[in-house]
Amino acid sequence: MREALEGSQAIARAVALCRPQVVAAYPITPQTHIVEGLARLIADGLLAAELVSVESEFSAASVVLGAAAAGSRSYTASASQGILLMSEVLYNISGLRIPVVLTCANRAVSSPVSIWNDHQDSMAVRDSGWIQLHCADNQEAVDTTIQAFRISERTELPVMVCVDGFTLTHTLEPIDLPDAAQVDAFLPPFRFSRTLSSSAPLSQGTLVSPEFFTEMRFLQHEAFARAEKEILSADRDWAGFVGRDCGGLLRVEGDREASVAILAMGSVYGTLKDAHRSGLLGRPVRLLSLRAFRPFPAGAIREATQGLSDLIVLDRSLSPGSGGIVAHEIRSALYGMAKGPRVVNFAVGLGGRNVPGEIFREMLESLEKDPPSFSIFDLDPRKLPDPGLDAATEMPSSGPVLSPR
Amino acid sequence: MTSSDSPSPSLDWSTLRNSQPRFSGMESGHGACQGCGQALATRLVLEAAGPDVIVANATGCLEIFTTPWPQSAWTVPWIHSLFENAAAVAAGIEVALRAQGRTTKVLAFAGDGGTFDIGFQALSGMLERNHEVLFVCFDNEAYMNTGIQRSGSTPHGAWTNTSPAGKVRQGKRHFKKDLLAIIAAHGIPYAATASVAYPSDLRNKVRRALDVSGPSFLLLHSPCPLGWGHDSALTISVDRLAVETGLFPVLEMERGHVVTTMKIRNPRPVREYAEPQFRFRHLLQDTPEAREELEHLQALADANIERYGLLATEPGPRDTEGADTVRRGGSRWG
Repeated sequence: MREALEGSQAIARAVALCRPQVVAAYPITPQTHIVEGLARLIADGLLAAELVSVESEFSAASVVLGAAAAGSRSYTASASQGILLMSEVLYNISGLRIPVVLTCANRAVSSPVSIWNDHQDSMAVRDSGWIQLHCADNQEAVDTTIQAFRISERTELPVMVCVDGFTLTHTLEPIDLPDAAQVDAFLPPFRFSRTLSSSAPLSQGTLVSPEFFTEMRFLQHEAFARAEKEILSADRDWAGFVGRDCGGLLRVEGDREASVAILAMGSVYGTLKDAHRSGLLGRPVRLLSLRAFRPFPAGAIREATQGLSDLIVLDRSLSPGSGGIVAHEIRSALYGMAKGPRVVNFAVGLGGRNVPGEIFREMLESLEKDPPSFSIFDLDPRKLPDPGLDAATEMPSSGPVLSPR
Repeated sequence: MTSSDSPSPSLDWSTLRNSQPRFSGMESGHGACQGCGQALATRLVLEAAGPDVIVANATGCLEIFTTPWPQSAWTVPWIHSLFENAAAVAAGIEVALRAQGRTTKVLAFAGDGGTFDIGFQALSGMLERNHEVLFVCFDNEAYMNTGIQRSGSTPHGAWTNTSPAGKVRQGKRHFKKDLLAIIAAHGIPYAATASVAYPSDLRNKVRRALDVSGPSFLLLHSPCPLGWGHDSALTISVDRLAVETGLFPVLEMERGHVVTTMKIRNPRPVREYAEPQFRFRHLLQDTPEAREELEHLQALADANIERYGLLATEPGPRDTEGADTVRRGGSRWG
């Protein structure tokens, strides 16, 4: 049955349906509503879980590490500075191959401080060894959360479900929440193969010399190749219960035969799809929603970009001094491809700047004007320091392609 | 071993020793230095705690010397995550066990760096949330694993590589953090200090800590021959002097109140404690600065004796002589 639910509440209900035994978290905007929702479900006796209200995100990640290692399904959520404070533990959880699910309510990273949405936080830990799945809308957030537990437990890799802060977490949408029987049939009870137990003692997190370190890293890397299959099968199997999927690794929609495509990650894809449906794009466009950022589905991307002359890649984060992070990886995936598309990279919506449906047409039109390989599309130069006031200040080379809005 | 020094002519030492139930949670063959106080303390803790435990270990010497992959010295389930999160990992294990209805005891092991300094926040949070975890701090009073740098636990005046003694400085300028007072402020059911020089006292405190419901804390003074710069054979006698001088008070606290103290039958001057240790050698020089710092150290020991009422008014079975069962054991240990 469909209910009008705030994204955070829908995610909390989805987590509860997965019957975690331990939830640990520390408040941070815009994640807080998720854990508050879980706290209410526990307080009302609707979820039998231990809620550990820790003193920092660092401990939140450490508590779920310990709890999962001791054999309990465990969940945490955070955002922004909280993800960065967790980062040391995030690497550790993955290296220990402990299954955990985390919701990242994506938010910009300070400084300057911003509580609003972009992808800088999850990007900062992209190399930590976590599966990262992005959600285009709150229905996907619900379905991906449920799938995440199965993916994590089958691969023994932790999963980060990336949900755009505010845009999704604080937005009411009609959501189809599955019933408990469906989730129970999809997700078996938690069983961790290396559970800490005094009847079968194991040592975990030992010192590994150069003699073995490479092999352990290889195994971790190799697990991501298998994770692609698990992500696909989880999405397919879940679709069998609810009749909808999340696109597996990469969703391809729009005009399949178009020579131009726009690739987005997260909620911007919803705006893009809406703009396409409303005829705001002004021309045929293939739409690509990148769901799996880790593992990075290079094969699926090559396949989805066949026949394109131009591929616009949208980034909601920035590696200063380098450019958009998603686009770098896309270019790497397409390198050496016969008749591969030109990749034009636009950063948009940094720190929560609104990405309106009209912006995509401007991007498409800019393709005729030989745009730089990377630029911040929605930059407003009027807000930059006046170079006339300080001769030493130069305008950044990555200025807007079009006239400022 | 002859039975000449045995308490009873009908017993010999090997019979006595073998008749004691000793669980070995950390086996021999690990890579600790000779005379390592931490290795000894760990063995004693697990002897008392028994096999039905899970250990969350902070980064440090203990983790390094016990687990060079693919070997492990541990016979109990053991997990090492990071330097600063042993208390939080242990808390996670404890809630999971509670959720599953398992009764295994949870121990967190850390050095003084992982307790006084970098792990302090997670420790405080764990205590505040009332997790049933025994947190054991092996206090060797500096960052030894990284090569002897000062920590919040390093005593005043002690040399380390980051508090060196030179022409204008006499070792560490700051005091040893009064961690026990901070632990006491959490009002936890049980906290205690113990020394490897008094093993049966140490083991008793482990058993008491595991008997309480809620968090407990043990501060175990554990000499580091390498970092303190004393002969490896002197670990026990040096640590006995730490107690007998008053520099390391041995006591128990319940809900933040001191309930027992190990009385000092024959207080020793701190000079005697300092003499065998390189880290205090500069304080023994015949200069006004060295004399002043040594006096500081003596004053700190005296203040402990006064604060905790450590002086024995009459001999007792649990004072520094009475509790000294190792030495009382006689010539076996020389």
